[in-house]
Amino acid sequence: MADPQGVLIVVERSDTGMAPITAELAGAGAQLAKALGQDLSAAVCSDSASSPGLVQAVGRLGVKRVFVAEHAALAGFQIEAHLAALEQVIKQANPRVVLLGKTVQGRDLGPRLAFRLGCGLAQDCVEIGWDQGRNTLQAVRPVYGGASQARVLVVTSPAFAALRPKAFEPVPETAGATAEVVKVAVSLDSIGPVAKLVNRTKQEAAGVRLEDARTVVSGGRGLGGPEPFKVLHELATALGGAVGASRAACDAGWVPYPYQIGLTGKSIGADLYIAIGISGASQHLAGISGVKNIVAINKDGEANIFKEARYGVVGDWSKVVPAFLQAVKEMASR
Amino acid sequence: MPVNIIVTAKQVIDPETPASALKVDAQGKRMETPPNVPPVINGFDENAVEAALRLKDAQGGKVTVISVGKSFVLDVIKKPLSMGCDELILIQDDNAPTFDAYATAQVLAAAIKKVGQWDLVLCGRQASDFDQAQVPLGLAELLKVPCVTIAQKVEVKNGQVTVQRVAPDGAEVMEAPLPALVTISNELGQPRYPTLRGIMAASRKQPTQWKLADLGLNASELAPRVEVAQVFIPAKQKVVEMIGGDNDEEKGWNLARKLREAKLI
Repeated sequence: MADPQGVLIVVERSDTGMAPITAELAGAGAQLAKALGQDLSAAVCSDSASSPGLVQAVGRLGVKRVFVAEHAALAGFQIEAHLAALEQVIKQANPRVVLLGKTVQGRDLGPRLAFRLGCGLAQDCVEIGWDQGRNTLQAVRPVYGGASQARVLVVTSPAFAALRPKAFEPVPETAGATAEVVKVAVSLDSIGPVAKLVNRTKQEAAGVRLEDARTVVSGGRGLGGPEPFKVLHELATALGGAVGASRAACDAGWVPYPYQIGLTGKSIGADLYIAIGISGASQHLAGISGVKNIVAINKDGEANIFKEARYGVVGDWSKVVPAFLQAVKEMASR
Repeated sequence: MPVNIIVTAKQVIDPETPASALKVDAQGKRMETPPNVPPVINGFDENAVEAALRLKDAQGGKVTVISVGKSFVLDVIKKPLSMGCDELILIQDDNAPTFDAYATAQVLAAAIKKVGQWDLVLCGRQASDFDQAQVPLGLAELLKVPCVTIAQKVEVKNGQVTVQRVAPDGAEVMEAPLPALVTISNELGQPRYPTLRGIMAASRKQPTQWKLADLGLNASELAPRVEVAQVFIPAKQKVVEMIGGDNDEEKGWNLARKLREAKLI
């Protein structure tokens, strides 16, 4: 077999097409492929109805080649089917590096795929590059809840990396760009016992989705109870944004878990994040590393959140926030 | 139906340690706390212990805890016994190289195979030190069993495990045949506190100690796939601009003006 070559990105599907992480993988993958002097390719695992659209979409991201595995069992995200298909695609594509998203799907898929192939994976990377000296993939990933970072080397071939969403610049689409298509005939007959999805319940708050919001108003332990979240909702509505919360506020039952922002909650990439009564534990900061401007309102001037903030207010939220809301409303009416 | 459960647990530095007290160790490979701050059991692993004990309370069975690590502090690592677990197996080889996720999963898989009888493996969703969330998934691969991650509720009935898992916008219910592996998240609820009776019972129990040699693993299975080159605290460049005012209300107004000037609202 020839030496492994190139960078392969695993295309992720959303309910409507290609998930946004795919453009971020293509952006990071293109730079890595350039450093290696090799090609960027992509893997699409799907049913025959959806794959043409996905192939076109990923083609616009500037990949050279798309490996396509089509099978009825790949219609939804049944992880065992996707694992088996990707294992076969990777064996045929023979890449040096495989990139996935550390998304809800990718965080389960990545480690299992790497282990199945006896390879290593760098999880939740915020930077990737090529270590010329060791001739291996190197990655930087937050550790200890984000209190520090680790530079790691993935010494296997292929080397796997799962990229943190919103940590890499998405590559812009090029209209009319297409990729060479390589069909991979996959066999999914030897899949063992699987976990089946039997029910799904939605608990999404009304309004703008937290992940998509340009402005997020977020509350923590300092709010002292569920009641203050009403003002936060009012403020978010006035700003056209969404409401989030720290894990402490969710664990206390003040708001449901879909509000949680942080290492084990959602990662957001808002332009403006207003943290109210949030101390700024590193685990929380991990979820807002993609935020452009953080505003901290906290009565404790020593709180860690001020070290991350662009603007800070030391004061009692119950006085600062209503006045701030009033000012926002007046500005809007002018 | 009584359930035979294995829980994996990791001893970690206390994540509640203030950032100012944490430092990178002399080798630059991990973080360390001051000597007077004892380690703890990874929080999500305590959630996994709680999930196991709820199943045992409801329908009987046995809970065996397995931990791979170095420099175990017995008072810390025995906590699952005082919470009500039946057995603790420690795999400690202070001369062994530091394991990556792949090697750790290999050791755990070999230990679970040595235990022999089991229906369900419960793991914390990730460890609070390296935050990888890789070992449980790798373990499921090595054991060749179905895997459901990030559970907030676990039930066992008729040879099946039913798992309510946390989804970004709600919950999903998954079903898998036993044997299976499930990772547990904090949404399951607070782990129980050890009772005095539990602590007394645990003090009389000794953990089973295994060495790597007892598990028959070879060097290539334990060779690192991922090497930690360096752990570092990233430099911070942000300088906060504090918004003043004669009172808190005025600060609120001044903040709005500032954000308007910066075209952020």
